[in-house]
Formats: sequence, structure tokens, C-alpha cells
Amino acid sequence: MHFDELIGHLGQHTVDGLSKGAIYALIALGYTLVYGVLRLINFAHSEVFMVGTFAVLILWNQLGVENNPPVGQAILFLVLGLVVAAAASGGTALALERVAYRPLRRKNAPPLIFLITAIGLSLVFVELFGQVLPKLLGGALPDVFGRPRQIVGMPTIIQQETLFTIGNTAITNIQLIVFIAAVAMMALLDWFINRTRYGRGVRAVAQNPETAALMGVNQERVIMLIFVLGGIMAGAAALLWSMRFGFTQNSIGFVLGLKAFTAAVLGGIGNLRGALLGGLFLGIVEVYGATLFASNWEDVIAFVVLIVVLMFRPTGLLGESLGRARA
Amino acid sequence: MIDKIRSADRRRVSMLTTVGDRWRALTKWQQALGLAAFVAILYYLPLLGIPGLTWLRTDSIQGGNNWAGVLFICAIYVLVAIGLNVVVGLAGLLDLGYIGFFAIGAYSVALFGSVNSPVVKWIQQEFNLPPTWAVTWAICLFIAIVLTMISGVLLGWPTLRLRGDYLAIVTLGFGEIIRIVARNATGLTNGPVGISAIPGPEGAPSPDNKVFGLIDAKPWYWLAITFVLIMVFLVRRLERSRVGRAWLAVREDEDAAAVMGVYPFKFKLWAFAIGAALGGLSGFLFGSRNAFIDPTQFNANLSILFVAMVVVGGSGNMIGVSLGAVLLAYLPERFRDFADYRWLVFGLAMVLVMILRPQGLIPSRRRARELKDRAAEAEEAPAHV
Repeated sequence: MHFDELIGHLGQHTVDGLSKGAIYALIALGYTLVYGVLRLINFAHSEVFMVGTFAVLILWNQLGVENNPPVGQAILFLVLGLVVAAAASGGTALALERVAYRPLRRKNAPPLIFLITAIGLSLVFVELFGQVLPKLLGGALPDVFGRPRQIVGMPTIIQQETLFTIGNTAITNIQLIVFIAAVAMMALLDWFINRTRYGRGVRAVAQNPETAALMGVNQERVIMLIFVLGGIMAGAAALLWSMRFGFTQNSIGFVLGLKAFTAAVLGGIGNLRGALLGGLFLGIVEVYGATLFASNWEDVIAFVVLIVVLMFRPTGLLGESLGRARA
Repeated sequence: MIDKIRSADRRRVSMLTTVGDRWRALTKWQQALGLAAFVAILYYLPLLGIPGLTWLRTDSIQGGNNWAGVLFICAIYVLVAIGLNVVVGLAGLLDLGYIGFFAIGAYSVALFGSVNSPVVKWIQQEFNLPPTWAVTWAICLFIAIVLTMISGVLLGWPTLRLRGDYLAIVTLGFGEIIRIVARNATGLTNGPVGISAIPGPEGAPSPDNKVFGLIDAKPWYWLAITFVLIMVFLVRRLERSRVGRAWLAVREDEDAAAVMGVYPFKFKLWAFAIGAALGGLSGFLFGSRNAFIDPTQFNANLSILFVAMVVVGGSGNMIGVSLGAVLLAYLPERFRDFADYRWLVFGLAMVLVMILRPQGLIPSRRRARELKDRAAEAEEAPAHV
């Protein structure tokens, strides 16, 4: 137990946790949106994120991005990365919905069948990027798919440097960008769901599918919309991840997805603002925990938090709701 | 295309049901004779040398694994599938952390039975025992089953009140926790170094062992298949008892079951504990056959493989899940070219089975009817789509 270390650098650990949690929160939104409307855990959402990181990687690889490009180029690469990642992740999420979930919905399958399908899909994607694509594209994209299941590094777009210090807390440019970008994306989504016509449709279906259908809301379109929105958020998370950590692998989705799901449950699954709160909270708890014990216990801390939350407050910190509180 | 597959499927199902009906129409003596023949074949399998059937052996291909060794893995996976079937198929609880119980079973025999384990060393020191002392294999078996049952209850107690899908994710976390603890708690488990010299029925592995050696896997297979047969018998009895009926009732409608006086939580906990014990038994056999374990052998993918065995085979039906287990363990070994893609194929199989045939290859009749009812309801009320 390293209490002195934690207390002495509390501010630093909090900042680290916030910037980590921001990425969890963005991924958590995907779980929350789908759950809010369909009451279904889209287990394959972690792979939607993984596909996003590969999209960024392939883009930068094809553009021939080098380490530390000039500022103008760096911004261009990031914006392009966001667009490509969002498109790839959104497309993947939509494909999952059309190919797998829709036939199941038609049959009114029990929730566990959805979950097992999602697990299968997740496995398919992990293997696709770990085994099949390296076989097919290993020659064409040796830096991406050179060896099966390899960890691939990405170019550093922004050199990490300390922007300013408050007390003994140093805040780096990357941390600031990640945090602001994540919060901005979430604010945008929140606005979209709460203020636009489409968002009203989403909330209506979440509250009561039948009534919404009677009022002329096209349910299928709403469902597609939430999958795409969740995918776009995962794509944004993928870009931020690539910028901050600079690597990807076919299997990064699993643990990250589990943590994002924990974040969603923590904040109250189905609740958009809850996802933000849950993500940030989980990020902080994880960094604190890793400081207190040792960093190799980090994953255990997240799972223990999940179990404890589900035991004492299964509806999360803010309660479950996408439209309004539901029975 | 899909219609074609469906109609072929329907023919196959009707054939299967007639097989089942014919079996039930046999007299008791005929059934006993049939069973005896089947069991005899099971015991004969590792020696398989009938011309025309030897291509089944995994060592009939280049670089293939030892045939009896593969059969042993199939047998312990069948044990896992039977255990997981109690949890998933009968009680309807999706457990994605089953590898955790398997690992606890394997680690029980390692920690208490091997002279290299920190636990045994500590006991030796505390009680002034000679450095060759370790807990006997048979007692380890007992410890493994008790420990896994306890861990099943410990996991189930706080989590079984959760909704089904939450439970699945929590159990997934549990499996990971067990693996990470095994990796990090070096003082208890030797961490990533692993534990060697895990005993078999004849004690610690040594060249003097006459039957249960490291090379010849046949005795291990016979041991495992014996456990499988005993467990199949016991679980079948359980399935047809009051407890088994309670599980089905809870699976199909928890509230209705509660109204009828079946306390769901109690029976779910039982299902969890019994399932855990079977997983532990399987892990125990795995550990003692391997003679060496480390945390990397228990990663989360295996939990998913286990669930795939149950759902592909036909959850709720013991014959179905056993077939699923054998297929998923055997096929990648026999068809090595496809071994690289086996996880992909497992994933695809899970998705396709769930979409086209959610009741599995050899379904449990009751479960198939349940799913059909739901589909019919969906057709009656198109507004839900």
C-alpha cells in the first residue's frame, strides 16, 4: 500500500485518471445507447472500437505519416483520422446490427441469445484482424498486418509535453486534448439526443417502442441510428487512443470493452451523462488503485468495482434512463 | 439457399427425433445392451486400429498430436460441457467465467499436491514435515471439488440476483480476476513461473510411475472417461429429480416458479455450485495430467470456447453438449490446417447457430419448443419487429 505516493500526488493521479476515463466514457456511450433502446448488451462493441484503431492505423500508414509532423499537418491527420475511424466504426456497428441482431429481433429471441451472438461476433472480428487479414493483406500492408496478432505501433502525431503545472500536477497537451475532445463529442451527442428531431425519436423508442411506432417513429431507422452513433463515438475514442497510446492489436478490445461496459453500468446504463460520469470515475479509481497496490492489479480493480456497483446500486450512479425513467 | 438448408435441417431433426423415439421404444434389456456396447467403444477408442477407421486418429496426419492425449482433452471438455450445461442449459444462467472454476480446480491439485508449491512449502515449515511431503492426489481431488463449490457459491451469492445479462458480464470479470490473481499473487501461486511436479494418482510425476506417466496418455483417458460416465449418470439423476425440474421452471419463468413455491435464488445457487464443481473436477484432471500449470493456460477465450460447446451442441441436452465439446476439441486437432482459424470458425459457428438454429445441433425438446413459442409470438405481433 502506497498511501504517501497517492496522497502526495493526488492531483497528478486524478488528471491521469480523467484522461484515461475520457476514453472509457466515449466507448461506454455505445453500450449505453444500444442498451437504452434495445435493452441489449452489444458485447461486440469493443470490436467496433478495435476496427476504428485499425482504420486510423491504415490511414496514417497509407499517408506515410512520420513522427512529429508540423502542426498544420498534425491537425489534418487527426481530423482525417477522426473521419475515417468514425466511418469505419460506425459502418462496423451498422453491419453488426443488420447481419446479426436484426434476424434475432425478428424472432423475438431471448436476451441471452443476443449476448451469445455478440460474443461470437466479437470472436470473429478479433480473428479477422488477427489471423485472416494478415494472411490476405500481409504482403500489401506489411507494417499493419505483417505478422498474425502482432502489436503495431503508430507514428507520434503530437509530441507529449507539459503545458502547465498547478502545484505539483503537470498537465500535458495530450491529456488536455483527449479530455476536451471526449467531452466535446459527448456534449454533441447529448445535444443530438435531447434537442433534435432524430434524438426525440430515439428517446421515444427507448421509452415505449409501441407508442413510438404509433406516433410514426420508424423504429428500424432509430435502431440503425443508435448503432451508428455508438460506432462514431467508438471511432472518436479509437482516434484518441491512437494519438495517446500509439499502438493497436487485434485483441485490445476485450479488456477495454469490459471496462467501458463497467463505466456504463457504473453511471447507470442507458443514461448518456451517466456514461461520462462512470467513465471518468472508473478512470480515476483505476489510477488510484494502481498507485495504492501495483499497476498489474489495475484490471482486477475495474472488475471488483463492477461487482460492487452491481451489488449495491445495480442501476448505477445516475440511474438508468435514455428518455425518462422507465419501469 | 437458406430455405434449402432449413428444409435439410428439418429432415435431420425429424430423423433425430425418430432415433430418440426408437431408443425409448426399446426394452430395458436392449437399452442396457446398447449402453454397454457404447461404453465399451468409448474405452476402446484410444486403441483404435480398425482398418478404414484409422483416419479418425489425430496422429494419422503429419505432425498430429498423440491420439490418446487428444481423447483425454475431449473427455475433460465433455466434463466441462456437462457442468456448464447445468448452469447455462438447465438453470438458464449465462456464465462467461467458467474458466475460473477450471483454473481453481487445476490450481488446487497444484498448490496442495506439488512439492514445488508455496502452499505445500509453508505447510512443511509450519508442521516440521519432510521436504518430500505433499497432500495425496485423492485428497487433492476432494479439496478441488470443495474449493470450486465454495468459489461457485461465493461468486453466485452476490451476483445471482442480477439480471441475466449483467450476470454474464460479471462472471466474465470473475474469470479474469482468477487468472490475474494467479499471475500476480506470486507468493501463493508462483505467478507466471507456474507450478511443476503436479501429482497424478500414483503421486508426483517420475519415471518410476507404472501407469500414469507423462508419455502414455491412455490411462489418463480411461481415468477421465470413467469420471465422465459417473458424472453423466449423477447429473442425469439430478436433472430428473425435483431439483432438475426446479431449474427448468426457474429458467422458463422465474416469477411463475417463485409463485409455485420454488425459491429461484436457492436453486440458481445450487446450479452454480454443482456446475463449478464439475468445472473444478475437469481442471483438476487437466492439472494432474499436465503436471505443470501456469496462468497463461486459463485465458478468457477458453470460457468462450466452453460456452460455444454448450450452445453449438444444444444447450439443455447432455448428449448435445457432449457432442459439441468433442467436436470443438477434436476438429482443430484432426484438421491442423484449420487450427489457425479455429477461433474464427468457433465464432462463426456461434453466430450462425444462434441465428439459424438457436436450440443447437441436438436440441433439448423442451428448449426447442420454448424458442418456437417466442418466434410464434413475434409473428403474431408484428408491431414488435
